[in-house]
This record gives sequence, C-alpha cells and structure tokens, in this order.
Amino acid sequence: MKQENNKAHKFGMVIDLDKCTGCGSCMVSCMSENNVPFKEDESNKKDSITWMRVYKITNGKSFPDTEIVYLPRPCQHCGGKGDHGHSPCVSVCPATATDYGYDTGIVSQIYTRCFGCRYCMGACPYHARYFNWWDPKWPEGMENYLSPNVSPRMRGVVEKCSFCYHRYQAARDKAYVDGRDDIEEQEYQTACTTACPAGAIVFGDLNNPAHAVHQIVKPDPHPDPRNKHIVGKSRNPNVFRLLERLGTNPKVYYLSEREWVRKAGDNYLEGEWDEIKNHHGSSSHD
Amino acid sequence: MFPFNFEWAWDIAHVVFFGGFWYAIGILGAGMTFCILKAAYDTMKGNGASDH
Amino acid sequence: MDSALIPEGAKRCSFPKFAIGIAIVGAVLLWGVYAMFLCWFKGLNQTNMNDYYGFALWIWADLAVIAVGGGAFFTGLLKYIFKVDELKNIINFAVIIGFICYSSALLILAIDIGQPLRGWFIFWHANVHSMLTEVAFCLSCYFAVLTIEFIPNILENRQVNRVPFFHHLAHNMHGVMAIFAATGAFLSFFHQGSLGGVAGVMFGRPFAVREGLLIWPWTFFLFTWSAAAFGPCFTLLVAKITETITGKKLVKDNVVHLLAKISGWMITTYIIAKIIDTIYWATVTIPSLGFKLSHFYTNNSFYGYWILITEVVLCGVVPGALLIIKSTRENPTLRLIAIVLGVIGVCLNRWVMVLQIMAVPVMSFDTWALYIPSWQEIATTILPVAYGIILIAITYRYLPVFPQEQELNSIEPATEAE
Repeated sequence: MKQENNKAHKFGMVIDLDKCTGCGSCMVSCMSENNVPFKEDESNKKDSITWMRVYKITNGKSFPDTEIVYLPRPCQHCGGKGDHGHSPCVSVCPATATDYGYDTGIVSQIYTRCFGCRYCMGACPYHARYFNWWDPKWPEGMENYLSPNVSPRMRGVVEKCSFCYHRYQAARDKAYVDGRDDIEEQEYQTACTTACPAGAIVFGDLNNPAHAVHQIVKPDPHPDPRNKHIVGKSRNPNVFRLLERLGTNPKVYYLSEREWVRKAGDNYLEGEWDEIKNHHGSSSHD
Repeated sequence: MFPFNFEWAWDIAHVVFFGGFWYAIGILGAGMTFCILKAAYDTMKGNGASDH
Repeated sequence: MDSALIPEGAKRCSFPKFAIGIAIVGAVLLWGVYAMFLCWFKGLNQTNMNDYYGFALWIWADLAVIAVGGGAFFTGLLKYIFKVDELKNIINFAVIIGFICYSSALLILAIDIGQPLRGWFIFWHANVHSMLTEVAFCLSCYFAVLTIEFIPNILENRQVNRVPFFHHLAHNMHGVMAIFAATGAFLSFFHQGSLGGVAGVMFGRPFAVREGLLIWPWTFFLFTWSAAAFGPCFTLLVAKITETITGKKLVKDNVVHLLAKISGWMITTYIIAKIIDTIYWATVTIPSLGFKLSHFYTNNSFYGYWILITEVVLCGVVPGALLIIKSTRENPTLRLIAIVLGVIGVCLNRWVMVLQIMAVPVMSFDTWALYIPSWQEIATTILPVAYGIILIAITYRYLPVFPQEQELNSIEPATEAE
C-alpha cells in the first residue's frame, strides 16, 4: 500500500474570535510543542519568536463603548494568487528553502536549506516568519523537555508555524500501520487547537465536507468574481480572512459576529465596507 | 543549477533562466580562453613587448 | 620609492604622503572589517534588524551601490556597442567604479545572510522563480565581466606591461572587449531589473507591489533605467572628486558634457516613467487593495510626502532638466549640483524601495515600524566606501586610468576648453 493519499488535503483552521479570551495557551503550547527557543527578555516582540502570536485589537472607541478582541495569528499557509501554491514567501525564496505542499496545502520551511536572506520575511504581510537572531538556548535542564519530533533551528535561519506537521506525519504513520488509507479528523490536530481552553480553534481539512472546519467556513471553490485572485472565500457571512484582498489566499479563517472585528481583518477605502460586507463568494452574485 | 540537482525540471523557466546563464558563462569563458591562448601564442612567436 | 611603478610622465604625490592617506582611510576600513567579523562570528544579533526589518541598511546599501555602479555597464554599452568613441577617455574609470561597487555589493550580501557558509545554496538549489536568484546569478556573472574589463587596465601598469605575455593579453582583451561589454550589458539589464523586481513582486506588500509585463513588474524596468540614468552621474561625481583631490584635470570637458547630456536625457525619460508609474500605483493599484496614498506617508514620525517629492522632483526632475539644458549642463557648478542631486535621488529611491516597504503597516491593526541601525551595520556600510577610496587611490597612482591626463596637465588649463 502506498503511504501517499490519492486525494489532496487542504489543511486549514478557523478561529472563533468571539470565544478567544487572549489567555495565550495557544502561544505557550506552540512554543513548547515546536521547540521554540526564547530569550531572557521577550518584551521586544519584533525580535522574539512567536509562531503563534496573539494580537490585541480594539474598536478604537472610548469608554464605555470600548471593545477588545484577541486575534491569534499563526502562519496563514497562503495558497497565493488563484490558490496555485505560489504563496508570497514560497515564490520569492531563492534557495527553495520554503515549499508549498500540494498534497496538504501546508507551507513548509526547510531549516537546513535556508541560508538566512530573509526575503520571505519581507514578502509576508502577516509577520508570521521569524529569524533566529541568536543561537537557540533553553534554561538549564529544559533541554530535557524538548520534543524529539521537531528539529531545533540553528542561528541565522528563518522559521515559522508548520501547522504541527510532525503530528500529521505521526497520524499518517499510524494510519499506515493500521492499514487505513487516510487519517481521521481527530488524529491530526495542531498543538494550539488542542490547547485552547475555550475551544476557539477548529482545525481540519478544508477539502473534506465532513470536517468541522469545512462546515464552518464553507469555502467557495470558485474564484471571487470581484477579484479573480481570491479563491476559497468563505460563504459564511461571519467568517473572514486576514488581508484577503491582497490575493494571498490564507488557509486560516476567523469567525466573529461583530462587524467591526470582521472589518479589521482587511483594509477598506471610505464607504467600501458597506458595499463589500454582504459579499460572500461567487454565490453572492448568483 | 545543473540537471542533476533535484530542484531541476525541464520546464520553460529552467531552460530560459539557465540557458541565459550558461550562454553568458560560455561567452565569457570562450572569450578569456581565446585571449589567453592567443597571448601565449604571440609570446611564443617572440613578439616582445612593444607599444601599440 | 615607488616611482618605477608610476605611469611614465605622470606626476604623483610623494610615497609617504600617499601612505599616510591610505593609512587614515585604512583605519576606517579596519573598523568596518572588525564589525564584519563581529557579524560573522556572533551573528546578526549584532545589528538592529528585527523580524519587521528583515531587509535593512545593508540591503539599501547593496541596491544603492549597484545602482550607482550602473555607470560601468551603461558607459561600456555606449562605448563598445554604440561606438561613442569619446567615452574611451572615461571608460577605465567607470569600470573601476563599477568593480568597486559590485565587489562591495557581493561583500555586503555575504555579511547580510544569516548562514554565510550556505551562501552557495542560492546557486546550487536555485529557485528560478525568485527575483533574488536572478540577482545572484547575474550579479556574480557581471562581476566577472567587470573583472575582465578591469584586467587590461591592470596589465597596463608600467612594470606588468613589460612582461610580453601580459602585454599581449591586454592587447587581445582590448580586441574582444565589445563582446564582453555586450555580455555585461545583457547581464546588467537583468540584475538591475531583478533588483527592482525583488520589491515589485511582493504582492503581500501594497507599498511595493506593481503590475507589469509578463513576469516582470514595472519596477524591473524602472530599476534598470534608473541605474543607466544615474550611474553616469556617479561616475562624473567620483571623477570630479578625484580631480579635486589630485588638483589635476583628468577628463576633457567635452567628454564630461557628453556623458552629462546622455545622463540628463536618461534621467528625464526615467522620471517621466517613474511619475506615470507612481500615479498609476496611487490611483489604480493601491485603491484596489483598500489603501489610500496617505496611508503610506502619514501617521509616523519619519516617512512623509517629503520623501516622495524629494525623490521625484528635487532629485529627479531638477537634475534631469539641469543636465539636458546646454547652458546649465556646461556650467560647472550647476552640473555638479545636478549630478549630486541625481546620485542622492537614486539612493533615495532604493531606500524607499527597501526600508519604507518594511516600515509601512499592512494589517489594519499593525503599526509603523521604524528602525535605527547599530554601529556594526554603519561600520560595515562605510567599509565599502573606505575600500573604494583605497582602490581608486592605488589604481590612479599606478595605472594609466585617465588617457587624457598627460595631455591635459602639460598645457595651460585656460586653453583646455573647446
């Protein structure tokens, strides 16, 4: 039996921002799961490595109308314009050190191939890519807690969220041993998904209608009639993607019933939001 | 860079890019080889240094 | 003590004076070398770069030296392919400046990458779809071309030229130089362009992204054009500085006027294209992504509209106009102002296309990110300047760089003008 699956997956995530409390469990579990090194002082967020970073966003109104939302931001695993796999970072890497998995939709990072030019970081509008400015170090004794399934990274290379790809590999191995063709939804879940106490993160295969992520997102398989570069736009009126208009086609979706939160996901000219907010993929134009 | 590198594919992008590259390298290499060999030949012919 | 090495008939300062000058600049060079080794051994934590500023001062310096070094390929193209024969009197110098600029660019890249020992991966594991791959290949190849163009000048040193083989080699290389120059122009078109493409293809960065022709964004063509336009300005500027320091006239006015005129027309046509590009980007490209022009020039403490106006008008339209009008072009002061403004303009353009791209927030809840380089970054950026001064000093002293030098300095300056 071949270990590869015939049908391509498209792993993705939807994060319910109305459930997220900003507790940071996703960040901690991600760092721990993926052997992310840390500095003594992590207060400078511009050179600290946080594969999953929680942003705090406000509606900009003064008391008593102030509202806050916490937005967890892993790598968006962009499919690029038209969702052809040419994500902003993959297309620019000169040494083929970051690659798009057409069988999973996951954007990988090959640490031993990366030579640290940082072009991918410049190309990523989400700041999801991090450079190892220092040698990776852990407090004494903590090396014993490192995961043997994830290779630590050396100084001078770029790293980022992998959607816990090692968990996918483990799930696939288990399925193979069990004589199954494919993995079950619950067999492959990212560390942040399992750690979220509010259950705000749902992870699965966007191509599989049986998966919860697909049922929430209802991705539109057709290009957006307003912008042919956009594919996979959600048909759920409360679901949006970050900077969708750029045509990056992320596989991380966000869910919120609050209009101002959905509006914060992208940039709009004056008056444009009211025109666009009720547009949810090609079906809106039927 | 070479067809035996595993990134290599016989597609239009590789053929155009590396076609241009090896063509330029070829011209530079051939040009310098010609100059060096001709200089060695001229030297052996015994033409001493002279102003030109 | 080194008189046997100095070109025949040329007057040079005493060796101790020369050595003291080299030693002073050499101290600056050593400071840069020290910072360079700090970066190599301790890593890029020696810089103030961060995850917002993956590209910073060095990449700007890299782009700037390559842009101003464009004088070498463009002058070579004019001299060897378009047969503008007067330029033979400045081509050696243009090549030396180009050689300095490109060797500096390669050195900066070697310092800039996080894993310098893996630098060869960009060739070996090349992703042909990346603009940076195109830059690396064409840059390295063009540096080989510049080395080839520089060699005959080195071989013309008084002592080296006495060796028959070197004498013949220099002669033969001159004979086929047009082929090398054509190859250099071909490579330069692509690497100058792909440096522009580096920014233009970043579709996740609305400040950088441009539409274009086939796989090339408009910045590709603008970068090539601007390097050809402003590169000769830098050649003229360094020639002027060299003349001032040596106290001699080294290039005849007709040659300077010709190169300035060509540069002026190139700048003017470039700046028209740049203005059209900017208007199209501001009125079509960015509104389609949900941005207004003001987003990129307000709400921060540094990047205002001033930078756009300075780059395009003060350092683009003005030098272009000054250099195409005969009376201003032939006025030494106005010409100098024009070429200085031109050099500043192209450097400013490269700054904007590297650092401002990184500074602008893209996500609606993100903030502007400003950055101040560390002393190690500054020292390693000054390093190529010191290296360039030393190399120009050595080549000027020992090589016949300026063919008109003896003629110009054996007659009264007043009779030089045409």
